Amino acid sequence: MNITVTLIAQMIAFGLLIWFVNKVMWGPLSGIMEARQKRIADGLAAAEKGKHEEERAKKKAMVVLKEAKDQASDIVAQGQKRASEIVEEAKDTARVEGERIVTAANAEIEREINQAREALRAQVASIAVAGAEKVLRREIDAKSHDALLNELAAEI
Amino acid sequence: MSQTPAEGSSGGGTVEYIQHHLTNAHVGEGFMTWNIDSIVISVLLGILFVTVGARVAKNATEGVPGGFQNFVESILEFVQTQVKDSFPGHHPLIAPMALTIFVWVWLMNFMDLIPVDLLPLIGGWFGIHYLKVVPTTDLSVPMAMALVVFMLSLYFNLKVKGPMGYLKMFLFHPFGKMAMPANILMTAIEELAKPLSLGLRLFGNMFAGELVFLLIALLAGAATLGAGMLIWFPLQVVLDLGWLLFHILVITLQAFIFMVLTIVYLGMAHTADH
Repeated sequence: MNITVTLIAQMIAFGLLIWFVNKVMWGPLSGIMEARQKRIADGLAAAEKGKHEEERAKKKAMVVLKEAKDQASDIVAQGQKRASEIVEEAKDTARVEGERIVTAANAEIEREINQAREALRAQVASIAVAGAEKVLRREIDAKSHDALLNELAAEI
Repeated sequence: MSQTPAEGSSGGGTVEYIQHHLTNAHVGEGFMTWNIDSIVISVLLGILFVTVGARVAKNATEGVPGGFQNFVESILEFVQTQVKDSFPGHHPLIAPMALTIFVWVWLMNFMDLIPVDLLPLIGGWFGIHYLKVVPTTDLSVPMAMALVVFMLSLYFNLKVKGPMGYLKMFLFHPFGKMAMPANILMTAIEELAKPLSLGLRLFGNMFAGELVFLLIALLAGAATLGAGMLIWFPLQVVLDLGWLLFHILVITLQAFIFMVLTIVYLGMAHTADH
């Protein structure tokens, strides 16, 4: 083979081509490819992180839910207790009131009876005196037997 | 695929046809020989490569790559994988160089698949009477690349091993201290065989391929006009198609081999202990 200018020209051309390829193609393109690789890796990492986060949030939500449930059942139990208490109280109050009313009524009745008895007594005395007057008009002097008659009326 | 040679069915015509096709369009003599066709075609292919590559790189997105960008990126990734597998350590020049070799050699080899008489015929219309279409069949082109690789490996050797380390490799390498002269001879042969085989392998393969294309192109032309054409012409078409399909494999393989061997040689030069 002859060593010619062609060989040297080709060597220079080859060198220049490598330089150009590196500058305008390999450099930018491999940079872009690396950036994409990084983006994908970042995305995967973020997805993994999101998954963990979700799991944690789920656990937290479950804890909160359980707390809320416990609280709710507490509240319901308390309410029920309070309701039965109120019912009991109401029952007591009602009984006391009823007793009071009954006692008051009994007292009233007693009083009425006594009143009626007094009235009757007075009337009976006067009726008895009137009857006796009519029967014994002449024989008995009202004034002399007044004390006896009053005694009678009192015994009725 | 191929046109019949212009004239002559005699043996002299055939030889003349082949020789004509294997002569470069050149100016100057001796050392000052400029093989215009090799230089122009290889440089044009290089410009094509860089232009297309630059356009792809300019329009490339970080997001989901489109069709052609995807194709180019897959080539890049392929080359990168080869470099990673065969080149120990890291040097920013190796990967672009490997890519350049692969694509440029492939493009120059691809000129082989263009019908052998088409471009010389067109050239003839413009007064270019000699045209060797495939630059890699011109020994200057593969050898120029091999020499650049050789110089680079020399530089790596001196840089990584140091001048003394490189010298020691020559003195002690294959057989140890006892056989110093043999060592020098063996290592020198080994080092020189690398670029030589690198360039000659590509040149030889492409030259032989081109020669087969030329012989197939001669088939129908060799037969005299008339009934013989009925047999020879279909045979030529079938053979040409077969060789063409096979040659697609060959040009890719040769480009790949040149690239891989370049990476391997430079990798050997770039390691400190031999």
